[in-house]
Amino acid sequence: MPLPTLAESAIIVGAEADDWRAAVRLAGRALFESGATLPGYSDEMIRMIDEHGPYVVIAPGLALAHARPGPDVLADGLAVVTLATPVVFGHPHNDPVSVVLGLAIKSAETHLETVAELANVFNDSSAISRLTTAASVAEIQEILGNAS
Amino acid sequence: MKIVAICGSGIGSSGILKVNAERVLKRLELEADVTAAHLSSLSSDAADAQVILTSAEFVDAIGPTNADVIVIENYFDTEELARKLEAALG
Repeated sequence: MPLPTLAESAIIVGAEADDWRAAVRLAGRALFESGATLPGYSDEMIRMIDEHGPYVVIAPGLALAHARPGPDVLADGLAVVTLATPVVFGHPHNDPVSVVLGLAIKSAETHLETVAELANVFNDSSAISRLTTAASVAEIQEILGNAS
Repeated sequence: MKIVAICGSGIGSSGILKVNAERVLKRLELEADVTAAHLSSLSSDAADAQVILTSAEFVDAIGPTNADVIVIENYFDTEELARKLEAALG
């Protein structure tokens, strides 16, 4: 299964965010606007980080914001937010963050195919820097491998 | 051999660890069963695990365990995973 189709509404390029919460909210907004979640999912993603710390910063410059499957998730979805100015999450190694992915998963049982596709994209160590400098939605779609 | 990848939600980041750990193990020709789990299911999922893969944030919460706890910094760096898994299993 390819990554959930990355609609234009799921991508925000070169956004300004004051802090990591604002950056995660942008990812939440993109998930909402692309129809994957209800607006409340932003708070769920922020709560995971408040509860467990900045573990979502899983690679240098990249945060994978996500919460558990729940009533706020309408469909599997991925959002990509690139930041004009990187924000700090408080991670010991991978700060500052320029790319925030928002991930919504309907069922834990089926999500491994989606994350396997994410691994296919990001195991290429140049993917994060290419996303950081991408200037358009189309460029980001191309890097994520589902340009239409 | 049982390996458990732990994150706060049991999806997403632990899923990426599972997928990449399986790829690395195949490359190293090591046999292991890799499970993605979240902290609150840890006691049942990790009771018989030899290795726990996770982030620095979860080490304290995982607490005392017989398993080797391996902290991964870059989840997409399969070289880091290979190096640390080989050191723990080899």
